[in-house]
Amino acid sequence: MRRWKKALIVMVVLALGAGVYADEAAPAITAADAMFTANNIWMMVSIFLVFTMHLGFATVETGLTRAKNTVNILFKNTAIVAIGLLTYALVGFNLMYPDTFIISGIFGFDGFGVVAPEGAAGLIDYAGGAYSYWTDFLFQGMFAATAATIVSGAVAERIKLPSFLIFSAIYVAVVYPFVGSWVWGGGWLAEMNFHDFAGSTLVHSVGGWGALASIILLGPRLGKYVNGKTRAIMGHNMPLVAIGVFLLWLGWFGFNGGSVLSGDPGAVSYVLVTTSMAAAAGIIGSMIATWSIQKKPDLTMVLNGCLAGLVGITAGADALTVMQAIWVGFFCGSIAVVSVLMFDKLKIDDPVGATTVHLVCGILGTLFVALSPDYTLGVQALGVLVYGAFCFPAAFIIMFVLKKTIGIRVSEEEELKGLDIGEHGMEAYSGFQFFTNS
Amino acid sequence: MKLIIAYIQPEKLTAVKQALYEKEIFKMSVTNALGCGQQKGYHETYRGADIEVNLLKKVRLEVAVNSEYVDATVEAIISGARSGNIGDGKIFIQDLVECIRIRTGEKGEDAVG
Repeated sequence: MRRWKKALIVMVVLALGAGVYADEAAPAITAADAMFTANNIWMMVSIFLVFTMHLGFATVETGLTRAKNTVNILFKNTAIVAIGLLTYALVGFNLMYPDTFIISGIFGFDGFGVVAPEGAAGLIDYAGGAYSYWTDFLFQGMFAATAATIVSGAVAERIKLPSFLIFSAIYVAVVYPFVGSWVWGGGWLAEMNFHDFAGSTLVHSVGGWGALASIILLGPRLGKYVNGKTRAIMGHNMPLVAIGVFLLWLGWFGFNGGSVLSGDPGAVSYVLVTTSMAAAAGIIGSMIATWSIQKKPDLTMVLNGCLAGLVGITAGADALTVMQAIWVGFFCGSIAVVSVLMFDKLKIDDPVGATTVHLVCGILGTLFVALSPDYTLGVQALGVLVYGAFCFPAAFIIMFVLKKTIGIRVSEEEELKGLDIGEHGMEAYSGFQFFTNS
Repeated sequence: MKLIIAYIQPEKLTAVKQALYEKEIFKMSVTNALGCGQQKGYHETYRGADIEVNLLKKVRLEVAVNSEYVDATVEAIISGARSGNIGDGKIFIQDLVECIRIRTGEKGEDAVG
């Protein structure tokens, strides 16, 4: 075997050498070119991974809701990816990463559509050899679609499909990139040294605030709060929830790992470690919490806890030590359990725990960045407050206008029969029998 | 002793259970059923093709009661299941010849109890 390998290597080297010497007129490939290609490949792999997260969201939401609403959930998740990417190409990218700000540090817009700069300016010179213009666009576009997807789970099983699609389109096209420009676009919060590495606030809290405003206006599902008591409405497929959480963890390698914005071996591998440590600690933290608060350990809580840890570390994956990452994950995971119970106490019905995972843990994760000596709690808290003060009212107003015009909630009869028949006229599990009365 | 069998809309089961509970009728069996009556089905579509669904999803409720409870049971089922639309369902009442509780061997009205 060894000989074979050696022979193979020699042949490859000779072949490559022959290629180089054969055509001396061809421009030489420099080390910078090779680095650019390597960096860009990692960034494109990150795009694939973040894309995978959409499948994760779809399966988690499907599994945590009732069988009679499955088609509707999958339909929303499919539409969201399309809406997110298309609106990001149309306005989002140029709103989030403007070349120059029209209102200093607050608002900038480079015009509609995406056009790569000519020649090397769109390639190796675009980001100092880290990635090309198109890679940048698609990577950020996948993030935008993620923010919109967060709302979908929270409003599940009762929102009218057209209202949801209109809300998502406006929210992801305008609100998400506009507030995103304040930090990642080089706006005023970035100048204050606010740090949100991969989007605990910019992606997850923004989605979370949208979800919270929406479910407050929507109200709880029928039968969730009866005579002052919280009734469990069981999700119908735990394997799908587990598949989704593992897919999301996998996707997070790209979400955080890609946010290094190059293939830097040290930085990327370090971020993958902090990310995984927080996810693992989130599982353990939520396990301890659910086991001690509830009588038996609840799988859905532990899976939520894993996501809570991931959201929590997203803001500081590059800035915190490994030990700090573990504590952040552990804390976010255990708080997630308390938070889910707290939202039920407040009679805010969130079927999949999106507000807990993305909003509560997004806020916590952003604040935890202050554990690093490079950042201050004051500025981190200011960022959290500013995002809440803008995104929550913005989402509330969009939903409120929809509520007063086309309505946002399906009829009682449709909700009981299921949105699959009501909104789509089809079933997810044709030929299977299940009780649709709960 | 009577056996009351009711076919109701699945989404009305919770309301019927609630109504029965208020009349202190706690014993029942519930099964999924398919059936058709005046409602005559509805349409589903799948990849652009129409599907006529003739047999509708219903819930079959069985309650065995002693004679003095028959009226209360029927009233409760009607109050919970009635929407005024076609498809609300039907109630059948049969005489019950015998009833035996397996655990104790009790028979008749005591076993229904």
